[in-house]
Amino acid sequence: MSENLSRTPLYAFHVANGARMVPFAGWEMPVQYTGILEEHLAVRRTAGLFDVSHMGECRVTGKDAAVFLDRVMTNTMATIPVGMARYTILCQPDGGCVDDLIVYRLGPEEFLICLNASNAPKDIAWLRAQVGSSQVKIADECAQWGQLALQGPAAEAILASLTSVKLDSIKRFAFVVTTVANVSDCIISRTGYTGSPGFEIYLPAASATKVAEAILAAGKPHGLLLTGLGARDSLRLEAGYPLYGHEISEVISPIQAGLGWTVKFSKPEFIGREALKKQADGALSSSVVLFSLADRRIARQGTPVFAGDAKVGEVLSGTHSPLLNKPIGTALISSDALAKGNLTVDIRGNRIPLEISAEPFVK
Amino acid sequence: MSSLPSDLRYTKDHEWLRLENDGTATIGITDHAQAALGDVTFVDLPKVGATFAEHAVFGTVESVKAASDLYCPVAGTIIGVNAELNGSPDLVNREPYTGAWMIRIKLDNAAAAQALLTADQYKQLL
Repeated sequence: MSENLSRTPLYAFHVANGARMVPFAGWEMPVQYTGILEEHLAVRRTAGLFDVSHMGECRVTGKDAAVFLDRVMTNTMATIPVGMARYTILCQPDGGCVDDLIVYRLGPEEFLICLNASNAPKDIAWLRAQVGSSQVKIADECAQWGQLALQGPAAEAILASLTSVKLDSIKRFAFVVTTVANVSDCIISRTGYTGSPGFEIYLPAASATKVAEAILAAGKPHGLLLTGLGARDSLRLEAGYPLYGHEISEVISPIQAGLGWTVKFSKPEFIGREALKKQADGALSSSVVLFSLADRRIARQGTPVFAGDAKVGEVLSGTHSPLLNKPIGTALISSDALAKGNLTVDIRGNRIPLEISAEPFVK
Repeated sequence: MSSLPSDLRYTKDHEWLRLENDGTATIGITDHAQAALGDVTFVDLPKVGATFAEHAVFGTVESVKAASDLYCPVAGTIIGVNAELNGSPDLVNREPYTGAWMIRIKLDNAAAAQALLTADQYKQLL
């Protein structure tokens, strides 16, 4: 594997637990341990533990922190209560996405932002470039944090044995700073990227292995499996969550991606507002849809979408849904063609009808 | 990884071929190939009667991770396909050398199988 890849603090843990390591977004990450299907179903039925330490973090502090974030993010930031998190998009002036993020409010003038691994340096540079005369400081904390995602119906019971915090008091998108497995200064947040209940745990990088070992041991009796990026992708697609570079990107806006709920036009000003408003008011050339196929062939990224013989779009993500036992995916399709319907994908010469789903396959 | 059956012939594309007593051949993919693919969800196989040149694509094996072409190790005519794989594609992961055979072929040239790799030669590639 290339010597330029970064390794998370859990690299040795992955290797010791039989992970198959692959390059992902500049990192050497576990794609699977026992098998993607088995790991996927463990998250839906019991629990799975993911290393997501490749994700980046930065801390925004200062007198103007909330106002500054409201100016750069599409969602409202000043109204986030301390102890709560909010999903938002960071947009370019033309409405394209710099990244999608989760912003945690640690204090009145203090925010921790979770960044996509491949975008972290770009995001931090982007944020710093927007500071101007605002009284804010932006600290790159990517190297000091590890991140675990403990997801599945048994996640709460497993984590309860490792912390004194009352987990049922942490509502969705709430978090607490606490001790986990005798490691202090961890953040437990009721968030996730799987469509199953669970938590994400931010922890000091140096203690990541200790906490992962403790969760693995506590989780074994509940049927917890170590889970890799393969299952993470099929889980997030069943839940309809976007992945940067696929459903959202510098050329696919949050409005196109069906994330209009994260764009708050009630704010008088934020980067991208004008362009996004035009799209929201009807000038949308194409949009992202979720689909399934009544077939066994998977329509993977780049597979063309047709209306008759005219190419009208392209698949953005595609996988096998273990829950539905059929292929699912997302596609960017022209608005005209979407209005008319009767769309197909062409997989190796086979024309297969696209069954568009208005709702995620898992809620 | 399990040991390589010594009675089979192999290709560098990770197919195996067993020459049957009646001169036909049975073809599948190796344990190494299934492990690299991961969980198999679908095997797209040809129809009986189809003919293939040596190294032509005779089908596709689809896993959660990727779709991979299947290459015909020898030229010939399809005389049977494994219908079991339709309902249980995971057989490819569980029984790559037995239950998950893919096609039976009538060879255009019976000697062609002798040009394929032996188990020892294939092992050198892994």
